[in-house]
Amino acid sequence: MDLKALTEAFGPSGSENEVRKLLKEAASKLCDDITIDRCGNLVCRRQGSDHSKPSVTFAAHMDEIGFIVTGHTEDGLLRFRPIGGVDPRVVVSKWVLIGPEKIKGIIGAMAIHLQTKADRERVLGYDNLYIDIGAADSKEAEKLCPLGTYAVFDTEYTEFGDGFIAARGLDDRVGCKNLLEILKTSDYEGDLCCVFVTQEEVGLRGSTGAAFHLQPDIAIILEGTAANDLGDTPLRYQVCVPGEGVAISFMDHASIADKDLFNQMKDVAVARGIPHQIKRAITGGNDAGSFQTSGKGARTCVLSVPCRYIHSGNNVAKLSDIKAQADLALAFLNSL
Amino acid sequence: MLRDTLQTLLSCYGPSGSEHAVADKVRELLSGHVDSMKTDALGNLIVEKFSADENAKTIMIAAHMDHIGLVVTNIEKEGFLRVSAIGGIGPKLVSGRKLVFADGTPGVCAIEPNKKDPSAQPGLNDVFIDIGAESREEAEKLVSIGDVAVYAPDFTQLGRHKVASPAMDDRCACALLVELLMYADNQKHNIVGVFTTQEEVGLRGATVAAFTVQPDIGLALDVTGWGDTPETDLPAVKLGAGPAVKIMDRSMIATPSVREKLFEAADMAGVAVQREVLAYGGTDGGAIQLSRGGVPTGTLSIPCRYVHSANEVIDMRDMEGALKVLLQFVDLA
Repeated sequence: MDLKALTEAFGPSGSENEVRKLLKEAASKLCDDITIDRCGNLVCRRQGSDHSKPSVTFAAHMDEIGFIVTGHTEDGLLRFRPIGGVDPRVVVSKWVLIGPEKIKGIIGAMAIHLQTKADRERVLGYDNLYIDIGAADSKEAEKLCPLGTYAVFDTEYTEFGDGFIAARGLDDRVGCKNLLEILKTSDYEGDLCCVFVTQEEVGLRGSTGAAFHLQPDIAIILEGTAANDLGDTPLRYQVCVPGEGVAISFMDHASIADKDLFNQMKDVAVARGIPHQIKRAITGGNDAGSFQTSGKGARTCVLSVPCRYIHSGNNVAKLSDIKAQADLALAFLNSL
Repeated sequence: MLRDTLQTLLSCYGPSGSEHAVADKVRELLSGHVDSMKTDALGNLIVEKFSADENAKTIMIAAHMDHIGLVVTNIEKEGFLRVSAIGGIGPKLVSGRKLVFADGTPGVCAIEPNKKDPSAQPGLNDVFIDIGAESREEAEKLVSIGDVAVYAPDFTQLGRHKVASPAMDDRCACALLVELLMYADNQKHNIVGVFTTQEEVGLRGATVAAFTVQPDIGLALDVTGWGDTPETDLPAVKLGAGPAVKIMDRSMIATPSVREKLFEAADMAGVAVQREVLAYGGTDGGAIQLSRGGVPTGTLSIPCRYVHSANEVIDMRDMEGALKVLLQFVDLA
């Protein structure tokens, strides 16, 4: 499955159907036991032959940040709110795709000619932003995009520069791609599961259900994470650097990595010459938190691809880091 | 004795996520005194001491092994370490303190002045640890990103009854739980003592331990705040006036039946107890109470001054009283 198709698929939290369909199709060629659970998670299991080996689950989330329609104005504009954390400063003048029909809309703001100095210094919040779908009036807007309709940034997957890509939703379609890679390549002899989860961006909701019924010994989360490496950012505010390899986390706001797994990841990466870095800040939280604390708990560790401009319409990552994430996940499995 | 056990446990390194040194010490202390000991995926040490009574209930009693710390996030080219918090620890608390890493590497903590805005409140981003290294390369030989520093152990007797130390939250409760498991004898109920992990970052260890143990009754042992210094009045709890029975905090409203049993046990043991309403904070009790279909749960607290500082102060009379209440509680509940 190429990243272009995966990142251009529509999948804001709670509306992951299109992404799931793509992934299911691809996974069905690699795995015999595929189910969709009550939370909408796509669960791909492979029974192991060696029960002395730990059961391992790899998880990546299908959902991405986006928007949802919350109202219609008299003149046919859509009121909306973000799904997940989207900085209102990055949305103005961006194209969005709305609903299953992918109606085109643009997020507008007052023309610079009409702004006062105070207007220009103020950050517009979601109360002051609208999506323009070119509708004549509220009736037409409501018919095309009823309340609760989802939207995402309209972004084309682009390769540029020295091995970089720009796309929407690299957080966490990179992880989804690499889960397929694991299913394709791994010959792990213990129980293996790759689970594509829903609703991570709104509070680890899909994985909370998945973790409870899967109950693996070890859960490894494949993620995209914020890089913050540019400009004159002092070292102490940097998180990780695109091009320096897969980022291994010791801790974030949702979990502390299992110490032994964290050390094992570092050792395997060094032994196999896989480019890697340690994530150098405690930011965000991800599905490791729910796997660690669901049911009897699991040992967890997070491997992330550094992404610039994460949670915007154009995330930037380096292809070599995406490969390193898959390489380390597979090398780790081999080391068990 | 209780004081020796406390002092032994206070000397162990054990920030949230790296509690194994504490667990090892507890295993050593309890060896031969209990029926089983096991460790789960999160590092919780689950210790069972069964009752002979066939109608015995299972009481899970939790004390957390972890304490707060500073995790290294970056190493500056001059050899200084940048940090983030593990648990509720701030710049005022750590500045000027002596710290120690897992392997014993010492460091001291300092705050840099904010040149742009000298009146600004410092944040943890303004804090660094000085381990005496003169370059990044030298520092990296001693410490890696992700390593955690804690307050250096420092046990001090204050006056006749009080003692000060880092990590009193919650090693004083670990000491109580160890002593309870040692001295409970032919008690009425099964005791499952759980030395939990990662309480300070969100009751994570207790969440999974409660799921595994499936107790009939839950009890958390933890420190609480103080209201007995000159400008402080809440919570209305004093050091030396006995352990406190929690009515509520931010994580839990204590189950009335358990709360009343604690009062009853205290009464029978002849120990004065205080009533505690805490407007902030939470304990493992909150996680146990909400496990599976719900567990009747209470918390017994040790009043503690200057919680999360390098000098957490408790009164040994409250500890002795708490142990008597606990020994009675497991026979009564």
